[in-house]
Amino acid sequence: MEPQLADGNDNESRNAQAKRQRMRSIAIAVALAALVGLFYAATIVRMGGHVVERPL
Amino acid sequence: MSGIGADTTNASGLAESLEPSVGDFVQLMKPRVMSLVIFTALTGMVAAPGSLHPVLAAIALLMIAVGAGASGALNMWYDADIDAQMARTAARPIPRGRVTADEALTFGTILSIGSVLTLGLLVNWLAGALLAFTIAFYLFIYTMWLKRRTPQNIVIGGAAGAFPPMVGWAAVTGSVSIESVVMFMIIFIWTPPHFWALALYRCRDYERAGVPMLPVVAGADETRRQILIYSVLMVIVAASPIYFGFGGMTYAIASTLAGAIFLALAVKVWRVREGRAADQVARRLFHYSIFYLFLLFALLLGESVVTRLMA
Repeated sequence: MEPQLADGNDNESRNAQAKRQRMRSIAIAVALAALVGLFYAATIVRMGGHVVERPL
Repeated sequence: MSGIGADTTNASGLAESLEPSVGDFVQLMKPRVMSLVIFTALTGMVAAPGSLHPVLAAIALLMIAVGAGASGALNMWYDADIDAQMARTAARPIPRGRVTADEALTFGTILSIGSVLTLGLLVNWLAGALLAFTIAFYLFIYTMWLKRRTPQNIVIGGAAGAFPPMVGWAAVTGSVSIESVVMFMIIFIWTPPHFWALALYRCRDYERAGVPMLPVVAGADETRRQILIYSVLMVIVAASPIYFGFGGMTYAIASTLAGAIFLALAVKVWRVREGRAADQVARRLFHYSIFYLFLLFALLLGESVVTRLMA
């Protein structure tokens, strides 16, 4: 009984840890995507509409 | 939101309930405080002369909000021990075991650095530097140094909550001027009567946690006296936008009336000193103080919007 219980607890904590890591990865991905969007929008605004009028 | 799963009591259910949710991280950022920060920063931005592209203005506001949230998370990380002992804060994510202290520290640090750098790079570096100073002041000066050492903790520490309109102003103008200093002063002088009203009816909480709030150290009567003094000062400071010309007639009338009600409540707090009635008037002053600050900044915001529309 004892080792089985320990295994069960280990699995549970491993699952919980994996779930936390997955959540953290998703949060980082969302934050990075938001930052990319933010910097893209700010760059376009700062350069203004003339960005498309450059000589080719 | 954070209450989801809190009713599961078996072993596996407990493991489930300890999983942090998005709501727990939102709670770490002190959303109520954040809403006041966003509102006052927005007022600073709209009242400022000049213009900022709406996209950049939205980014500035977002970064000020994130910076404020980050300092809230760092405050909860450092104060988790005393939060656990106080009824008002015991349900916060770290004392409840939903978020670990390390997670809160990492979350707060990344958001602090990210918000300052983004504000500096995309808007301007004065605004970024002021935001960095605000976060550092709240964490190092208020949370780590003053809060557990002196009853003047919220008097000096109140500066941290007063900076957002100045950051907003700096985001638009790239400078700090007398108008932004006046907005800073309004929040700075408002903070002591606001917090001491709360401390009056939460005195035992602070005493148990060992936080030297004024009612714990100097007693309730002295706190009532100080509330009254600061309330008078606050009403005078709240009238200064009229003198400096960025508070119009509507502001003059409404802020005077609202200030008179604030003073009347402060006098009532000073007079009613016994039993539940004393707690009730202190509670009323605390809630009214939040409305009062919102009102002052709503008036400044409204008048600035009207002025811009008519220009």
